[in-house]
Formats: sequence, structure tokens, C-alpha cells
Amino acid sequence: MSLLEVRDLRVSFPTADGVVRAVRGVSFDVDAGRTIGIVGESGSGKTVLTQTLLGLTAGGQVSGQAVFDGTDLIGLGEEQLRRVRGAQIAVIFQDPLTSLHPLYKVGWQIAEMIRAHDKSVSKKQAAQRAVELLGRVGIPQPAQRVKDYPHQFSGGMRQRAMIAMALSLEPKLIIADEPTTALDATVQAQILDLLLRLQQDFGTAMIMITHDLGVVADIADDVLVMYAGRAAEVASKRDIFYKPHHPYTKGLLESIPNSSAAGGRLRPITGQPPSLINLPSGCAFHPRCAYVMDKCLTDEPSLTPVAQDGFHRSACWLPASAAGLSAEAEDQRRRTVGEGRSVAAAKIAEAIAKSPEAEGSVIA
Amino acid sequence: MAFASFVIRRLLLGVVVMWVVSVATFLLFFVAPQDPARLLAGKNPSAQEIANINRRLGLDQPILVQYWHYLIRLLHFNLGTSYFTGTSVNTILKEDLPPTLSVMAGGAVLWLIVGIGAGVLSATRARSLVDRISTTGVLIGITFPTFVVGLLLLFLVFKPLNQAGFHWIQTGYEGPSQSIVGWAGHMILPWITIAAVSAATYTRLTRGALLDALGEDYVRTARAKGLSERRVLYRHAVRAALTPVVSQLGVDIGTLAGGAVVTETVFGLGGIGQQSLTSILNGDTPVVLGIVLVAALFVVVANIVVDIAYSVLDPRVKLS
Ligand SMILES: Nc1ncnc2c1ncn2[C@@H]1O[C@H](COP(=O)(O)OP(=O)(O)OP(=O)(O)O)[C@@H](O)[C@H]1O
Ligand code: SF4
Ligand SMILES: [Mg+2]
Repeated sequence: MSLLEVRDLRVSFPTADGVVRAVRGVSFDVDAGRTIGIVGESGSGKTVLTQTLLGLTAGGQVSGQAVFDGTDLIGLGEEQLRRVRGAQIAVIFQDPLTSLHPLYKVGWQIAEMIRAHDKSVSKKQAAQRAVELLGRVGIPQPAQRVKDYPHQFSGGMRQRAMIAMALSLEPKLIIADEPTTALDATVQAQILDLLLRLQQDFGTAMIMITHDLGVVADIADDVLVMYAGRAAEVASKRDIFYKPHHPYTKGLLESIPNSSAAGGRLRPITGQPPSLINLPSGCAFHPRCAYVMDKCLTDEPSLTPVAQDGFHRSACWLPASAAGLSAEAEDQRRRTVGEGRSVAAAKIAEAIAKSPEAEGSVIA
Repeated sequence: MAFASFVIRRLLLGVVVMWVVSVATFLLFFVAPQDPARLLAGKNPSAQEIANINRRLGLDQPILVQYWHYLIRLLHFNLGTSYFTGTSVNTILKEDLPPTLSVMAGGAVLWLIVGIGAGVLSATRARSLVDRISTTGVLIGITFPTFVVGLLLLFLVFKPLNQAGFHWIQTGYEGPSQSIVGWAGHMILPWITIAAVSAATYTRLTRGALLDALGEDYVRTARAKGLSERRVLYRHAVRAALTPVVSQLGVDIGTLAGGAVVTETVFGLGGIGQQSLTSILNGDTPVVLGIVLVAALFVVVANIVVDIAYSVLDPRVKLS
């Protein structure tokens, strides 16, 4: 049994404009000590998905299961959830400047969390532990720096402090929500290094949320690619990079600077992310997909195995053999099997590629 | 060290401010139309009588000489004597300050408690009944001027209660030295008056600041740390929302003094407000100068205290 088993998780927010369907039936597992990378563009539901595990999506309607260490977190009472937060599952957020309380000392904030979960720890012991932790995450002179306020730390040091806090109760799982996005490139690498090293030392499992496939390449074992609140593709890191199946995954890979998949060219995915209130019919990616077929306009594909191992799964109507093929190669393949691409669909795809503002509404 | 130098610098600045204020007031009264000697001399005084009085009060001397004498006395903390009653100004202030300070201190405490409390309630229960009631209260409080609120309390609370034989609530002033409870009975309506007018602003301010804080990333962090909802609200969100409230308090100290002057007049407390009114009309310069100096001192000290409180509340703020 995995440490975390998420099944068919759905989260929607009723708003004045309509229901925002932020997460629409996502399932994935996280094994003890392993790292899963969750990638997807802004608004694809990465944060909502993971915050829901801790009951932190206020105002959302949630269904599905998230069994963590034998307990379903969904629908757990507030007090029980509180005990899981921080102690069992810790979170590292994107912007360490705004995520630390500006009016409290860094060490105090770490000690507060320790004591929130174990009243038997004295203030002094907790403060001592905060010093040790700051030292452990590479902050020089930790005994002095615990008494600093967050604004006296540099960006990288603040994120180190957040990591120290996350590790303070030796949780089984850490959710890192874009932990390096707000940092300078050089600091990013150091922080990733630190996370990786500490994760190995502590044997902690990790969910690494990012829209940077480079981060995934550095740190993840498995990858979940999200698009419009659903899992587009799930695979080992190796398969995601060498045998991507879903056209969205392929698009992501081609948009990495210097990626081998793009042959050196940089090709951003055309079009805009869809509205989560009025989703496109069929496959939510079809308005932006270069491979679109008739079926894609009407039927929504679900996650299906595309490899022998059964682990590599993709939510796309293309056959398993499309894994790793470029758009041109896929056209070539279709011609040889005589499958043919839908003319109507091809035209629509073309029209949409020309006018990115048209979004998904053309077909609906 | 930075702290001591801050206080010393601000106090020196305060002395300069008070000196400027005293000179300005002195000049103002020199050119004012009131003639204290004429008022003192009774009906149909002869020119000789008036000249005598002016000589006795030192008013026949050039202004610079008059000011010089005043300054010398001031350096000995002697504010002079009233032209009219012959009482020393120090004594007058000693009698009239307690009612005014009582109104201000109690009123400010009550308004902060009510204002912040209602603000927290209406922010945590946004759009609920509590929120609606306090929003309406804000409107009423902002709409009515101080003396109207005071008069309403007199007629709707004080009168009926006393007619019904409930005598704890009283008008007039009685110091706390005999009985704290009695003092509070005299002060409660003035305090409510002050609070009713100003608490409303603080409710709105607290509500806004708290709603902002509740949306901050660090509050999300606090929840993700596994803190209780109470602790998240009070230790993290309310704590952050207090900073703007305290800086507003610094701005409102002048308003507070003004409100206290009106309130003590409505309730017949006989404080600084009534005293300054009579003294100004009579041209009783020593008394007015004394009051102005004390008021200036109060504002100077209050502002230093607020600045210190602000820097204690927010470590990012440096005293300078
Ligand atoms: N409380 C809420 N009420 C309404 N809509 C919400 C709420 N929280 C999130 N959403 C919506 O849900 C969608 C998914 O948001 P989410 O923050 O999970 O995206 P994300 O993948 O984390 O994006 P990013 O990379 O920008 O962090 C967005 O369209 C967002 O506007
Ligand atoms: S299902 Fe169709 S539209 Fe969706 S990604 Fe696959 S090919 Fe493209
Ligand atoms: Mg996010």
C-alpha cells in the first residue's frame, strides 16, 4: 500500500460567475520516501489538488478519497486534520517572504509549530530545536539567526527556514508548492539540492509542484502532468522525458529551452488555458492540440495505460504507439496505417492556432 | 542606544514645538480685542483705575518684557496666576485635568475594546448578523456629532434610570480617590459617548485590516502548520491587523482631545474644556497659555508613545 492514495478527487468552487471546476477526478499514489512531480500550467489545479488533502481549500466542494497512512483525509474532522497538518504532512510554499509571518522571529515561528503538536516540549527545548534545524538547512550562525525577523533574511535563507520548519516534526510527506519559483536561478539550484539531500536523510516522501520540467528532471521519481483539473499523463520521470504520450506533455517538453525533444527550438504551446467554468467539450485540450481527431471533440478520454508496465498512463485517444512520436511523425504513422486525420478537426486546430484569443469557445 | 537617542531627540523637538506654540498664543492674546483690566474693573471705571489694574497685572509693560517674565517663571514650572481669580494656574490645572484625562483615557480604552472587538467579529463572520449590526453601528456613530450622542445618553439613559431610583450613573465629576466605583458611575456615560463616536471608525478599520490579513500567505502557513483556528486568528491574523489600528490611533489623538472637551461640557464635568472657554472669553492669558502648553505636551508625549508602540508592534519599523 502506498503512503498516499488519492482516488477520483474532485474540487469545485461555486462563484458568482458559475462553478469553477478546479480539480476534476484526479487519482495518484505517493510511495513512502519517493517524490512525485506535479507539472502543469498556471490554473491547472495543482495547488487546489494538494491543499485539499489538508482541508485547506475553504469554500470548495470536495469529493473523492485521499487515504494517507490508512486514514481518508477527505471529510476528516477539523481537529484530526489539524494534527495531520505540519506533523504528518508539511507544506513549503512558493514565496517565503509572504509565507513567513513578518512580525514574528523566525525561530519563534518554527518553535510554535513544534509546540502546536507536542505540548510536552518546553519553549526552551523548542527554541533549541529551531536552532538545530536552522543549522541543518545551512543557515550560518543559527543561534543568532533564530532571533532574526524574516525581513532580515535573504530570499534563499527564508526558503531554507521554511524547509527547516517543514522538517521540524519529521513528517512522512512534504508538499512543496513551487518552492523555487520566487528565487534567483542560482539560489534555486541550492534549494533543490538541499531539499533532495534532506529528503533522503529523513526518508520523507515529497510532492513537488512546479511548472518547470527542469525541476522535475532534477528531483522527481514519478510525474503527474495536469491539464484543466485532470491528470493528462502519469509516468516515471524517464518515460515522461523519453516517451511522452499526451500531446500536452509533448508540448511542455518542446517549450523547455534547449530541450533535446525540440531539437533546440523553443516552441511554446499555442492558445490559452481553458476556462474552468465553461470547459471545452470532449478532451479539454482539443482546442490547442496539434493531433486533434473527431472523437476528441465529443468524448473525454480517461487515464489509460500506454505501456506494458501499466504505470505509464495517458488521457488521450491516440494509440499507445504514439508515445514519443512528434506531430510530424504521428501524421506519418497515420498515413501508413491509413487512419487519416479528421479534416474538420485539422481546420479547427489551424484556425485556433492563428487566433489564440479564440480559446475553447469556437467549438462549443 | 537607538531607543534612548530617539526619545531624547523627540523630546527636544517637543520642547521646541511647545515653545513655538507658547509664543504664538502669547502674541495672539496680545493683539486680541479682550481687555482683562476693563472686565476686572467693574462698571464705569476711571482711566486711573484701569491703569492701576494694568500695572498690577504687568500689562503696562512692552510685550517682550511681559514674555520674558513669563518665560522665567515657566522655567521654574510656574505658570503664573489667573488675572481674574488670582488662583495659580498650576492649581487650576491640577483641578481641571483629572476629569478631562479620565474622559480621554477611559473613552479611548472603551473605544479600542469595542472597535477592535466588533471589527474582529464582523470580519470573522462577514455578512452575518453581527457584521450587519456593527456596520449599521458604524454608520450611526459616524453620522452623529459628539454632543448629540452625549445628549441622547443623558435623556435616554441617565434621566430614566435616575427617575427609576437607580443612582449609580451620575453627571458631574467625582475623583477616583474616594471610590473607584463612584468615579466609574460618573464617567460611564462620557466614556460611552467618546467610544460611540470613534469606535465605529476602528470597527471598520479593524474589519478591513483583518480581512486583508486573513487572505495573506502567512495565515495559510499558520493553518498548514497545524495551529488551532483560534491561534491562527488571534496570534497570526489579528496580530497583523493591529499595526494599522495603532498608527491610526496616533492620528486620532487630537480628535480624542476635542471629543473629550465637548463631552465634559455636555456632562458638566468641569474639566479643561469649560475652563478654556471662560478663560479665552475673558482674555485670561496665563490660564489659556497654561492649558495650551499642557495640551501641546500631551500631544508630544502621546505621539512619542504611539511611535514607540508602533515600532514594538512591527519590527520592520525603525525608530527615527
Ligand atoms: N477559493 C477559490 N474560489 C474560486 N476559484 C478558485 C479558488 N481557489 C482556486 N480557484 C481556481 O482554481 C483553479 C486552479 O487553481 P490552482 O491554484 O490550483 O492552480 P495552480 O495549478 O496551482 O496554478 P499556479 O501554477 O498559478 O499556482 C484556478 O482557476 C483558480 O482560479
Ligand atoms: S485526446 Fe485528442 S485532443 Fe486530446 S490530447 Fe489526445 S489527441 Fe489531442
Ligand atoms: Mg499553485
